[in-house]
Amino acid sequence: MRAAARAGAVALVVLVLVGLWELYRWIWTSAGWTWPFVVDATSMPHVWTILKAFGQPTQVNQPALGTLLFHKALFTMKESAVGFAIGAVVGFTLGCLLVHSRLLQRGFLPYLVASQTIPILAIAPMVVVWVNPKLPPSLQGWGAVAVIASYLTFFPVLINTLRGLQSADARALELMRTYAAGRWSVLWKVRVPASLPFVFAALKLAATASVVGAIIGELPSGLQSGLGGAIINFNQYYSLEPQELWATNIVAALVGIIFFVIVVAAEKAIVRRPPETAR
Amino acid sequence: MSTTQQSVVSIEGVTKTFPHGNVTALQDIDLKLEPGEFVSLIGPSGCGKSTLLRVIGDLIQPTTGTVTVNGKPAHKARVDHDYGIVFQDAVLFDWRTVARNIALPLEMLGWDRERRNARVAEMMELVELKGFGDHHPWQLSGGMQQRASIARALAFEPALLLMDEPFGALDEMTRERLNLELLSIWERLASTVVFVTHSISEAVFLSTRVVVMSPRPGRIAGVVEIDLPSPRGVETREAPRFFELVTEVRELLRKRGEHLFPEEEPL
Repeated sequence: MRAAARAGAVALVVLVLVGLWELYRWIWTSAGWTWPFVVDATSMPHVWTILKAFGQPTQVNQPALGTLLFHKALFTMKESAVGFAIGAVVGFTLGCLLVHSRLLQRGFLPYLVASQTIPILAIAPMVVVWVNPKLPPSLQGWGAVAVIASYLTFFPVLINTLRGLQSADARALELMRTYAAGRWSVLWKVRVPASLPFVFAALKLAATASVVGAIIGELPSGLQSGLGGAIINFNQYYSLEPQELWATNIVAALVGIIFFVIVVAAEKAIVRRPPETAR
Repeated sequence: MSTTQQSVVSIEGVTKTFPHGNVTALQDIDLKLEPGEFVSLIGPSGCGKSTLLRVIGDLIQPTTGTVTVNGKPAHKARVDHDYGIVFQDAVLFDWRTVARNIALPLEMLGWDRERRNARVAEMMELVELKGFGDHHPWQLSGGMQQRASIARALAFEPALLLMDEPFGALDEMTRERLNLELLSIWERLASTVVFVTHSISEAVFLSTRVVVMSPRPGRIAGVVEIDLPSPRGVETREAPRFFELVTEVRELLRKRGEHLFPEEEPL
């Protein structure tokens, strides 16, 4: 029953958004307003034009756009899932290491922060050049993109893991001292469980960032099999077929949402917290 | 006290100064606890009673003096799991069930699952939490949480139980009920207890000896032997001797504390 209510709410929000889009279109076209931009079939195609595009082939003798995007989405999901996993593991492990030493934190954190100020587009070509030659044939191309995606995901995971590990109750740590517990026990029995709410907050960020990272990573790699390739391609034909780019954007958003929902479900299954601080 | 048996806790000439602000938390503390004793440390805030408890537990190192527990240095005693501890808050882990919280020290000792489960079941019966093993801490009342915390502290049968204002955060009725339960557990297990409190009646009701401390610097102002008959019950709190002892402790506290803390919390 609650699941049905939730699904209803989601459907309602989608309908409202579609309604607002079409309402905006209708007002601007009928009033002839040109600010902030001219509203026409190119700048804002009808929602049904976009939806119809899913069923139509982009070129003769090609599968429908929907089928095409489905396969491209699977490819991008593979990249972002691996990128997410690498980023999560690297971020979490670094967090567990750094929490034990103020010196290491002071030494490393500035560089880790600096790493995030470099635009990913500037890093991507180098990663492709460095990583690709070392990959087995089965990982060629998309393996490098996964590494680029992980570059976006490890940072929030690292920062939040560090914060979460430090959030462990001082008295819980004192209790562990009375057991003469070693670092390893304290880490696994107190710090890591205490960090999970923080870690999952970061994983939610990382889930969507990994999709963005994968799509952007595809661009300098010249990969055509994923959503990034599709976006570049449809960008070039935007004035002729704007609905194809819009359809691709919707699919990209769906991929991000799917990742996010998976992380939320995992959090519900793993993290045990009192109800008033939950959610 | 017989001198032939070994003291459970022996504190000799302990002084503790904290470098920040040059505070003398403890000065020249000498105290011995014999097996089976229930000793309360009582005094106003800042008298060092919690510090003294932590020094016994090797959670704080004394500046001078020696502490031995079960005849060994305090550090060795901690590493050997010679004591269990109960804090003012239950300090139960939310991510563990009540049963697994109680099992925590047993895991640290490397007991296998079967042995752990058997002992946890025993302990839950002892503290009357049977049937709540699969609950999470937040599903329990404050009093039940503190009982789980006591079960955890006693699970590995330590010779010594350290309690730092364990019932300080509970309401009066829960507190009196838990006082009774603690006494019956103590009588059954015959362990030695160090109990920090700022409630005079609680200290007198529970203890075989009450150590009154005074602040700045933290010192032992006096020791009151509690000769109330055992087993104690609800009627103990109404006995004339109970009131005499409460008055005696209060006088000691007043004599030492009044000029420093005239507005000290009601005891």
